[in-house]
Amino acid sequence: MKKKKAAGNGAFKWFVMPIYLFTLFFVIGPLIYMVILSFLEREETWGVTNTFTFGNYLSIFDPIYLKTFAESLRLALISTVLVAFFGYVFGYFMAKLKPRMRKMMMMLLMIPFWTNSLIRLYGWIIIFRANGTLDSVLMAIGLIKEPLKLLYTYPAVVVGMIYALIPFMILSVYSSVEKMDWHLVEAARDLGATPAKAFWTVTFRLTLPGLLTGIILTFVPSMGLFFIADILGGNKVVLVGNLIQEQLMKVHNWPFAAALSVVLMLIMTVMIWAYRKIAKADELEARL
Amino acid sequence: MRNKTSLERLAEVEDVILRLENIKKSFDGVTVLNGIDLDVKRGEFITLLGSSGCGKTTTLRIIGGLETADEGRVILEGVDVTNEEPNKRNVNTVFQNYALFPHMNVEQNVGYSLKIRRRSKEDIKKAVSDALQMVQLEGYEKRMPNELSGGQRQRIAIARAIVNEPKVLLLDEPLGALDLKLRRQMQIELKRLQKRLGITFIYITHDQEEALNMSDRIAVMRNGVFEQLGTASDVYDRPRTSYVAEFVGSANIIRGTAQGSDENTVRFVNSCGTGEVSRNGAAIKDGEDVVTAVRSEHIDLCSPESGAKGLRGTVKEKSFSGGMLRIEVGLEDGTSVVSSRHGINADWVPGDAVIASWDPEKAVLVDLEG
Repeated sequence: MKKKKAAGNGAFKWFVMPIYLFTLFFVIGPLIYMVILSFLEREETWGVTNTFTFGNYLSIFDPIYLKTFAESLRLALISTVLVAFFGYVFGYFMAKLKPRMRKMMMMLLMIPFWTNSLIRLYGWIIIFRANGTLDSVLMAIGLIKEPLKLLYTYPAVVVGMIYALIPFMILSVYSSVEKMDWHLVEAARDLGATPAKAFWTVTFRLTLPGLLTGIILTFVPSMGLFFIADILGGNKVVLVGNLIQEQLMKVHNWPFAAALSVVLMLIMTVMIWAYRKIAKADELEARL
Repeated sequence: MRNKTSLERLAEVEDVILRLENIKKSFDGVTVLNGIDLDVKRGEFITLLGSSGCGKTTTLRIIGGLETADEGRVILEGVDVTNEEPNKRNVNTVFQNYALFPHMNVEQNVGYSLKIRRRSKEDIKKAVSDALQMVQLEGYEKRMPNELSGGQRQRIAIARAIVNEPKVLLLDEPLGALDLKLRRQMQIELKRLQKRLGITFIYITHDQEEALNMSDRIAVMRNGVFEQLGTASDVYDRPRTSYVAEFVGSANIIRGTAQGSDENTVRFVNSCGTGEVSRNGAAIKDGEDVVTAVRSEHIDLCSPESGAKGLRGTVKEKSFSGGMLRIEVGLEDGTSVVSSRHGINADWVPGDAVIASWDPEKAVLVDLEG
């Protein structure tokens, strides 16, 4: 594909200047600040000293912190796999609905975003807590005898993660399924493929870019979401996000928090780079 | 030996490879097909001809199994496949927009149906290369569909559909997206390919010239029924209805009341004058309505002073079309006729009073429809 030439218009350059300045001050500036911070030494009580050190990075190799990273990766992986499965199925069938129903589903997906995500999480507390909504319903229909007491457990955190992240997966899969040329599926059926075979060899392959985008949109934030583990996991589930927040707000070890953030960011960058690589190698975007 | 069922007889004795029996289909209460009957012989080239919305694509989709008929039966090689899944029918389709898989290269596209059937790698390679040779695209195995021209995609779509040697090949306006020159060339190639493979073709087009050029038989479709089914010369020279005459031969439709007819010729009058048409056994009596179709190449124009009998009118428009002079004459009753006869007098100018006439042998009586 040919690259579009940027408009070389002088006036146009000045119009976009504020955007460059905004990015400089609010994105690049803080980033540089954070990287610098991560190489400085901490002041005993507050702030930092001007001493250069690799110590912050070295202390990440402490087994306790490595375990936190591993735990975060594990939760992100579990959440992403579940979100990918349910999100793909949901997004696929949503794209196949009649236009009217589709619009309604879209609304139902968007409405929760109008409420603060923290408040929505408190809703889950009411559902999950001992003798809460879930326990009462399950006991009433006789599925369980004892309350499950799901609140402050690992499954509760996973459910919270799925709940928070699945809309991104659904929308990303939806937009890619919606673009499907269904004649291709008919062609596959015509050439002898069963419905399942036609799905795997054609539909799934052609909607894979949407699924991969959804995976990135799920995996990257799930590494950093700390308040879900906080609220639904109590202090039993500690993630990198929680660690950073704790180091920054409670321990006031800014350089260490910065170093943790930089490492987290590097992990995410590698993920996105890998995704790009896969997407490009497959030329998935190639369309007729 | 047990008796053969009627369906088996159909396939073996009469050599009917495909039969459609009273196929009916409607979408959301709108009738699209209203009783289609068709017997296709092995190796035949049949064209469904009609304007958009006449039901020709739906007919094809029902044969291919992509749509299910509300009523009627589809019989393929003596087996009732009416409710069979598309992947269970030995019928392949060349889709209008080709529907090549964009994520597969040419080799994978063409070999798809063989891979689905778990044929060995060597088999697939051999069959794909044979099919590509058939459409003259050897050496394109590794290209992606978006790296091919329209004509090449077309050929790949055909190669993909014939590689598994279907009993019947369905083609849905396969040349619709190509320019005129390529179309002509592909028409010849397709016809040649069909002869060579001996596969039965059911071909859809809205281009009457294409239909006349290629087909053994043509079914002119309209409003979900076959208006006429016959050989090219049947529908061209002996159209049954005014619609077929207009659609296939771009004929002029002229109406009048029979008067002074004899056993060979029907004569009629209308407010513009008189006309004649050979009877061909039609039982029209004087005083009855007459509808006749005369193609523009048979319409002659002369001046009123010549005293010739015919229809009175004035020259309305003069143009060139397809290398022929085309003169449109507005008749006195407000209708018009077109003349594009070889050797027509080029001196007529708009406004000239003329008499339009024709050889009665070249005119046909048709049923009025529409």
